[in-house]
Amino acid sequence: MNKLIDRSDALNYIKDGDTLLVGGFGLSGTPLTLLDELANSNIRDLTVVSNNLGEVGKGLGKLLVSGNLKKAVGSYFTTNRDAVEAWKEGKLEIELVPQGTLAEAIRCGGAGIGGFYTKTGIGTTLADGKEQKVFDGETYILEQAIKGDVSIIKALKADTLGNLIYDHTARNFNAVMATAGEIVIAEVDEIVEVGDLHPLEIVTPHVYVDHVVLNKYVKKGGVYVESI
Amino acid sequence: MLSQSERIKIAKRVAEELSEGQIVNLGVGIPTLIPDFLGDKKVFLQSENGLLGMGPTPDDENVNMDLISASKKPITMEKGASLFDSSDSFVMIRGGHIDVAVLGALQVDQYGEIANWAVPGKSILGVGGAIDLVAGAKRIIIACTLQAKDGKSKLVKKLTFPSSGTRRANILVTEHAVFKFTNTGTELIEILSDISMEKLKEITGVEFGCDNVKISSSKITK
Repeated sequence: MNKLIDRSDALNYIKDGDTLLVGGFGLSGTPLTLLDELANSNIRDLTVVSNNLGEVGKGLGKLLVSGNLKKAVGSYFTTNRDAVEAWKEGKLEIELVPQGTLAEAIRCGGAGIGGFYTKTGIGTTLADGKEQKVFDGETYILEQAIKGDVSIIKALKADTLGNLIYDHTARNFNAVMATAGEIVIAEVDEIVEVGDLHPLEIVTPHVYVDHVVLNKYVKKGGVYVESI
Repeated sequence: MLSQSERIKIAKRVAEELSEGQIVNLGVGIPTLIPDFLGDKKVFLQSENGLLGMGPTPDDENVNMDLISASKKPITMEKGASLFDSSDSFVMIRGGHIDVAVLGALQVDQYGEIANWAVPGKSILGVGGAIDLVAGAKRIIIACTLQAKDGKSKLVKKLTFPSSGTRRANILVTEHAVFKFTNTGTELIEILSDISMEKLKEITGVEFGCDNVKISSSKITK
């Protein structure tokens, strides 16, 4: 079994109006190749769940420019001026979620849990309209799980079964998003034979991964650049 | 604008608050200066994007933009460091496993309630992990200037900026003074600058108790 597909074929699994879970923290651990494919496609009205919206013109920032997005759900968008502008002009809906609530909502989505109670947000405007409940004398708010039609994530290496390992802090939201997408496509720098990844180092077991594409970018000086 | 020496003074004073072996999460701005002033004291820095055991900035040849801090700057790993995903990172933060969070603030009220993520009338498009840390860290230290750029006290009777949560800060360290928060209000515990008590009372937006104040200005400013 080999889960490797051409990067252009990845778009066959994504349709207008889908909710996409997109890995990354800033540009680290972001599936840059798959996002390029999306930015060059006619797929529209996507809801993207991701911690940020990349940077101006980079990563998810490209999808803002190319007009694929309807809504963004995440924790921090102010570092991309384009996102702030698009929101002001009414071209982009934004749902702001505390970073830990975002991670836990996706974890629940992947774990078959419908929602969870948390103390994060108590006493803030982000708790407005949310159900509250007291456990052991402390107030918690109800947050709903998040699932995606498709997760597009970035890992360092996959084996042909789809087991994944990650580069340092590039693991971020990728490992949890691998569990919460109906279809999961992992972009990787390298594909190795089954057995080449040691079971001790595998972070995402292959059960979660449907397809694997190769990253067209190469790392130089610690940063991904377009390969010549 | 706060001078670098005043920022360093705040960072040094916060460093005194940290104890050997603690798990500490540092927010952006002044808190990021703290590691330089820990001396021989070993603390473990947690970065919410998935690292416990954050080390200093690497030299240029060793930069990997997939080994970064929550401020998205390149970092290194200390011996004994571990890497994990975002959901595990917030298990640490929200589950009460972080000993101390050192955060900046826009306002703090007289009981220690914090406003540090949004400004009224401006678009609110970023929260990050700030309110998770407020809700979950065992101890919260606020490190910021006493006055905002417009000269208004950041220490206020009642927040006018959006709250970061009902959970309160333990202490506030500013360039002039250190304050402690209790159920009855604010207490001045230490003066760090050459400011007079009269002037401090004048520029501070709340009344504070000052029965047991340590004067450290000569020690700290030199």
